[in-house]
Amino acid sequence: MSTATHSLPAAMPAEWRDFLALTKPRVMTLVVFTGLCGLLVAPVQLPPVLAFTAILCIALGAGAAAALNMWYEADIDAQMKRTASRPLPAGRMDRASALHFGVGLGVFSVLLMGVATNWVAAAILAVSILFYVFVYTIWLKRRTPQNIVIGGAAGAFPPVIGWAAATGDVTLLPVLLFALIFLWTPPHFWALSLFVRTDYANAGVPMLPVVAGAKATRVQILLYTLPMAAAAVAPWALGLTGAVYGIAASVLSAVFALMALQVLLNKATEAQAMGPEKRLFAFSILYLFALFGALVADKWIGA
Amino acid sequence: MTPQEEAEVRRRQRTRSILMAALLIGFAALVYGISIAKMGMYGG
Repeated sequence: MSTATHSLPAAMPAEWRDFLALTKPRVMTLVVFTGLCGLLVAPVQLPPVLAFTAILCIALGAGAAAALNMWYEADIDAQMKRTASRPLPAGRMDRASALHFGVGLGVFSVLLMGVATNWVAAAILAVSILFYVFVYTIWLKRRTPQNIVIGGAAGAFPPVIGWAAATGDVTLLPVLLFALIFLWTPPHFWALSLFVRTDYANAGVPMLPVVAGAKATRVQILLYTLPMAAAAVAPWALGLTGAVYGIAASVLSAVFALMALQVLLNKATEAQAMGPEKRLFAFSILYLFALFGALVADKWIGA
Repeated sequence: MTPQEEAEVRRRQRTRSILMAALLIGFAALVYGISIAKMGMYGG
């Protein structure tokens, strides 16, 4: 729980920009994009207004989860350079406002999803928000260096929700897309945590490089990259997509694996010498965007 | 509370109110659109 002190006078309301900042808008781009791709590759086409509403609900749900995460983690955020200027640790907003905003936004997004599309999609959206807040943020993040693995599951829900919004069910392809993002998250985040390591150490978060060392982290990055590549190619191998996606997935995953290998071979302990780690982190974001883009392109070309 | 702080509170309340009004109008338009789309889907 936060013991952050407030410089805010009791009656001073927070700026609207700070509520927007609570939703982590930059993280939301990947969530919205993968959710949209899940919706677009589904075999059922929704009317544009309903498709828009479904994506809006996924974005609002992600924003709610981010706000509740910041509500709970104000004490950690205050101790890290990267996060110290967020609305709560900087004292621009009181904690109750963040809590009310997060809960209100979350309930609203789930109800709107249910009314606009179907209650299967709404239920998965609710589970993803609750999972991120309770299982990841409150339960596991401060207790285990595998926190990122579990947190990855929360980020893997959007394509499944997008698919379910269109079809009302969940089949093998959305499950494989879930597996892909789930297995992608650890290499993506551990690459980052290698070169911002000192920050996490100061805040007492058990990030893998902090508790197990850089070498073990580099091994783990490669160990997750292999099943991730398998999950990326699987939709093609199982005949669920065409060759456009298959070739894109094979090439992109091979490059990813090669970069993970370079990370494994790097012995640096100082952030300045972590070129391979920084390259892998940057490429991992491009990788996911390109893969999901190829998935949609494949469907449109094949149709 | 100093007069400057008082003015700042009013300014923040005003921008938040305007934004809230805009969001509510947008929400009403969205619900209208959803209703029309649903009626189209079920042939109402």
